[in-house]
Amino acid sequence: MARLLLYYAHPGHRFSHVNAEMLAAARRVEGITVVDLYAEYPRHDIDIDREQKRLLDHDIVVFQFPLFWYSTPSLIKEWQDLVLEHGFAYGKDGTALEGKKMQLVVTAAGPAEAYAPDGYQNHHLRTFLRPLEQTAALCKMEFLVPYVLYASLRAPREDRVAPHVAGYRRLLEGLRDDRFRGLLAAADDVMTLDTLPALVEH
Amino acid sequence: MDGFLLLAFIFLVAGVAAVPIASRLGLGSVLGYLIAGIAISPLLAALHVDVISLQHFAEFGVVMMLFLVGLELEPRMLWAMKAKLLGLGGLQVGLTALAVMGVALMLGQPWTIALAIGLIFALSSTAIVLQTLGEKGLLKSDGGQSSFQVLLFQDIAVIPMLALIPLLAIPELMDAAGHAADAAHGAGEDAHGPAAPGFVDALEGWQRALVTVAAIAAVIVGGSYLTRPVFRFIAMAKLRELFTATALLIVIAIALLMTFVGLSPALGTFLAGVVLANSEYRHELESDIDPFKGLLLGLFFMTVGAGIDFGLLFGNILGILALTLGLIALKTAILLGLAYLFRIEGADRWLFALGLAQAGEFGFVLLSFSVANEVLPPALADQLLLVVALSMLLTPVLFIAYERLAVPRYTGEAEREADEIDEEGEVIIAGHGRWGGIVNRMLRSAGYKTVVVDYNSAHLEMIRAFGFKAFYGDASRPDLLHAAGIEKAKMLVVAIDEKDQITEIVRYVVQHYPHVHVIARAKDRNHVYELYAAGCRDIIRELFDSGVRAGRSAFEALGLHPFEADRMARGFVRQDQHAIAELARLYDPETPIHRNSAYVERAKELMEEQEAAMRGSAGAFGGRVERGWVPPVGREGEAEEERARSGS
Repeated sequence: MARLLLYYAHPGHRFSHVNAEMLAAARRVEGITVVDLYAEYPRHDIDIDREQKRLLDHDIVVFQFPLFWYSTPSLIKEWQDLVLEHGFAYGKDGTALEGKKMQLVVTAAGPAEAYAPDGYQNHHLRTFLRPLEQTAALCKMEFLVPYVLYASLRAPREDRVAPHVAGYRRLLEGLRDDRFRGLLAAADDVMTLDTLPALVEH
Repeated sequence: MDGFLLLAFIFLVAGVAAVPIASRLGLGSVLGYLIAGIAISPLLAALHVDVISLQHFAEFGVVMMLFLVGLELEPRMLWAMKAKLLGLGGLQVGLTALAVMGVALMLGQPWTIALAIGLIFALSSTAIVLQTLGEKGLLKSDGGQSSFQVLLFQDIAVIPMLALIPLLAIPELMDAAGHAADAAHGAGEDAHGPAAPGFVDALEGWQRALVTVAAIAAVIVGGSYLTRPVFRFIAMAKLRELFTATALLIVIAIALLMTFVGLSPALGTFLAGVVLANSEYRHELESDIDPFKGLLLGLFFMTVGAGIDFGLLFGNILGILALTLGLIALKTAILLGLAYLFRIEGADRWLFALGLAQAGEFGFVLLSFSVANEVLPPALADQLLLVVALSMLLTPVLFIAYERLAVPRYTGEAEREADEIDEEGEVIIAGHGRWGGIVNRMLRSAGYKTVVVDYNSAHLEMIRAFGFKAFYGDASRPDLLHAAGIEKAKMLVVAIDEKDQITEIVRYVVQHYPHVHVIARAKDRNHVYELYAAGCRDIIRELFDSGVRAGRSAFEALGLHPFEADRMARGFVRQDQHAIAELARLYDPETPIHRNSAYVERAKELMEEQEAAMRGSAGAFGGRVERGWVPPVGREGEAEEERARSGS
């Protein structure tokens, strides 16, 4: 079993349509560590030692967040700035995260077709996640295919929330039990509920 | 009229000349007044002034003082000190009376006289002690509080003493009835101690008790329910002096009522003060009564000085001096023992023991009362009167001894009352209690140089134990700020407890040292306005932040997400600071708030704004909190919604 650390970040938790339910589902998954970053650090004063200890104690790091202005909510950026220290996460002797995996779980308000060179967002969604991907690379972590919900604001009206949450649960359990093959990200791949690979039996 | 003006002139000149000199020499105002009194005594004798009846008039200052003390003391605080009041006070009076009685017996006095002397000498001088403690800012110290409790108990104890003393009458003295009637006027007219009651004498015991209880109830009920409408009524006339007149009226009315039913007027007004301690007119009353109290007490001290019969004194100077010093030594010893028993420690123990070692103005009252009741022979009473006066005269000297000898011993450095400040820091911190202590610790830990000024020796000991530089002294005194290096300081943090003193310091420093950044501790909202009016622009409410944090904890406990709770709390702070800053600009220290219509109007608007915010309408902190994270609502179509914010 892989040790799973889930970082959840949503500054408007109360107004969340999808993320709140995804978080509730994640909390019901046994054997994983769930951290609500905005609850733990409402005043942004991140405890570097505690966070580094957490990273050391886990094999897979999941970041679940809504895409805000083509990036993460600000607290995740603060977390990166402080926790991923030189000599710990990267640089000379910075090998603490080597071989661990990073899994992004993102909701985006735009529809899937918008995230393409000919869509109104002009780029694939992965383009906007490149900073995190490169962060993983510099920290010698494996970057897994992000799990995405498009058109998230419309999802409740279109009854897409429950299936997406169920898929999320399957993803977390699969990661925990190491029952996925080939989740390593290439090019502009993302996975949605429809493209979530089947679990393999051991 | 001319005689009155001349008399007033003599006393005023003496006071105005002597007190500043005495203060300058560090002797305190009380000794100044006493010396002034001694200086003018030949003049008064030449003019045939009745110093004794003048003294009885001036004793009304003590009544006013206890009223003011009561105003500072909320009922809860009084209740909290009941054990010490009775234990400490009772033991002091009881033990001292017994010890003095023992000495008198050894000196060959009959037991009745010995007991009377014991009772008389057990009492201390409320006037001198409270005045001096207040002047030196020591009332709030442990020793000051204990002294106050003992004095309060003594005030109460005078009542049973007045009942007891007539029972000690000696038949042989009855012959001297003529003389006694002469002396009796003192007790009868006296305003301070309980006078021989007139009307109530005719009543049965139970009726008397009923009348007494009714009088106390009248003071409490009247104080609680009548003062507000009365003051509102007075305020309609918009005349400043009417407030003063009303305040005086209240004090005098209560004194009269208490005298009427045979209780101590001082006690009655003290009670009224306690009742009014929570009233919004408290400061009004305080500032109105205070000058009268000051003048009357000054007059009282001068009459004590003037009343010393130097002929008699020099006739038996060694004997009387020995008696006086013996009395002081005896009382000090008993007080030291009690201080040990009640765990009054350090310099406070000496403050308590030396401060209360004199006999008091009650002594004058009881002496003339005893003579009138044929308890004491007049010749002996005259000698005892000298002992009382002399011991009061020596009290300021004992206070000086406390400051010069006891305080340095416990603060660890043999320096004067106010230390020579040899270190100048960038930041001066006035007051090192819980509040100023935090500021000092933060600045020190960040490597800034601070100079701490505090008059609480316990605080100082603590600071010095941690190796900080700290100096003893009253931070509200300009010369001490000067000594602390205010000219070269970048910043002054005013962290003392006393509201008016904070304002005072702020006003002084803002005016004289505009380059100094002043951070001031505000006790409440109104104090914020006062400080703003005094020129301070960095005002921190002492309890605001902890209150906000408690509110935030409550939000979290009620299930709000911690980040939302934090944003709500920050929104509340912004809103409240905005409101208080706006109201501070409308506040006018000269106009009471309820008459400041611009202020009231705006305050109402702001209150409505805040309520609207609480109910969820936009405009204030609630709206601002939510604005950031509400997902866009698709009124203008989906594309708009998706572009505005790209998450859920």
